[in-house]
Amino acid sequence: MTTMTVRRGPEFTRILGLGAARGENAVPNADLIKPIDSSDEWIRKMTGIVTRVRANPETSVIDLSERAARDAIAHAGIDASEIDAVLLSTITYPHMTPGGAPVLADRIGATPAAAYDISAACAGYCYGIGQADALVRSGAARNVLVVGAEKLSDIVDPADRSISYLLGDAAGAVVIGASDEPGIGPTVWGSDGSGAQLIRQTASWLEYGADRDLPYPTLRQEGPSVFKWASFKMAPVAREAIEAAGLTPADIKAFIPHQANIRIIDQMVKQIGLPKHVAVAKDIVDSGNTSAASIPLATERLLRDGAAKSGDLALQIGFGAGLVYAAQVVVLP
Amino acid sequence: MALSQDEVLAGLAEIVNEETDIDTAEVTLEKSFTDDLDIDSLSMMTIVTLAEEKFDVRIPDEKVKDLVTVGDAVSFITDAQA
Repeated sequence: MTTMTVRRGPEFTRILGLGAARGENAVPNADLIKPIDSSDEWIRKMTGIVTRVRANPETSVIDLSERAARDAIAHAGIDASEIDAVLLSTITYPHMTPGGAPVLADRIGATPAAAYDISAACAGYCYGIGQADALVRSGAARNVLVVGAEKLSDIVDPADRSISYLLGDAAGAVVIGASDEPGIGPTVWGSDGSGAQLIRQTASWLEYGADRDLPYPTLRQEGPSVFKWASFKMAPVAREAIEAAGLTPADIKAFIPHQANIRIIDQMVKQIGLPKHVAVAKDIVDSGNTSAASIPLATERLLRDGAAKSGDLALQIGFGAGLVYAAQVVVLP
Repeated sequence: MALSQDEVLAGLAEIVNEETDIDTAEVTLEKSFTDDLDIDSLSMMTIVTLAEEKFDVRIPDEKVKDLVTVGDAVSFITDAQA
């Protein structure tokens, strides 16, 4: 009997290069408080946010992705032609089809790389890392570009007090490839669709199409419920990712959670039981909540500020609309 | 065995103190979490979660808005334990 040949990849992978692109404008709380009858003080107390980065109207989510991707590829020291798959995690590419990833792959010269979008909201980057790690180790791709990118300012309602004022525009990108040593730990991931309404779009495109008197669809969240879920249910997921990598919290040098809200970040640190030496990413203060982009963005910031360095073990966890979540320990590039 | 109202109040006061540094003596039945104790919606969710763990009860998210005073929370927990 004739048997098929199957591919096998390298045993280990790592992040070879990282890039980040922030929206061009740092928007202070003062610019957003009037329609929500709030104050700079209240936003800082409830979220930690001082400014959020937002892109110019003419800047697209693909433009942001391209900037971050080019930096990541240069940092990795490879040519775009060596990328075999492009994964774009986003909820704000404004076409249901085609996906944004093939467009991005073409722009950066990675064609004919396999290219597809991932819709996993604020967990999208960590979903992408888990997939890229598996694709490389299976032999399906030599190098994978993972981009988390959002232009959330396209789907905010200035009068919404639940989520809109948190959100920013940015892209973060990494190249994942073969490694001599383990550089990406096991991904612990999952979902809970029973919480699908906790972070949602106000109307579906079909509803909006059938009734144009409806307001243009934007985002809403049940803030306190999301806070409770993220702060308390995600800590065990983070601990599981540490254990799955055969590590303990004492081994972790940096904690890079999705930058949803500083109150969630602080509570997670407490619930996970991270030691004092761990550098905790708080890029949310200046960049706001950029959903799928927030973890690579915060990683870039930690490295740039010197709070963490190349080779450090970092725990990252994404969580958000779905509900979906994913966590893994990575070696910083 | 279910705890008495005084025991639940004492336990809840400890949780409030842990989350907000408000003196346990300040946490009395008639106090409003928002208006008197100045506890915001996120701190309230932390207090609720810690109370669920401490008293082994479930407090649904949609019920939290009805817990206006400390007494409301103590009654809910006491009833849930019964």
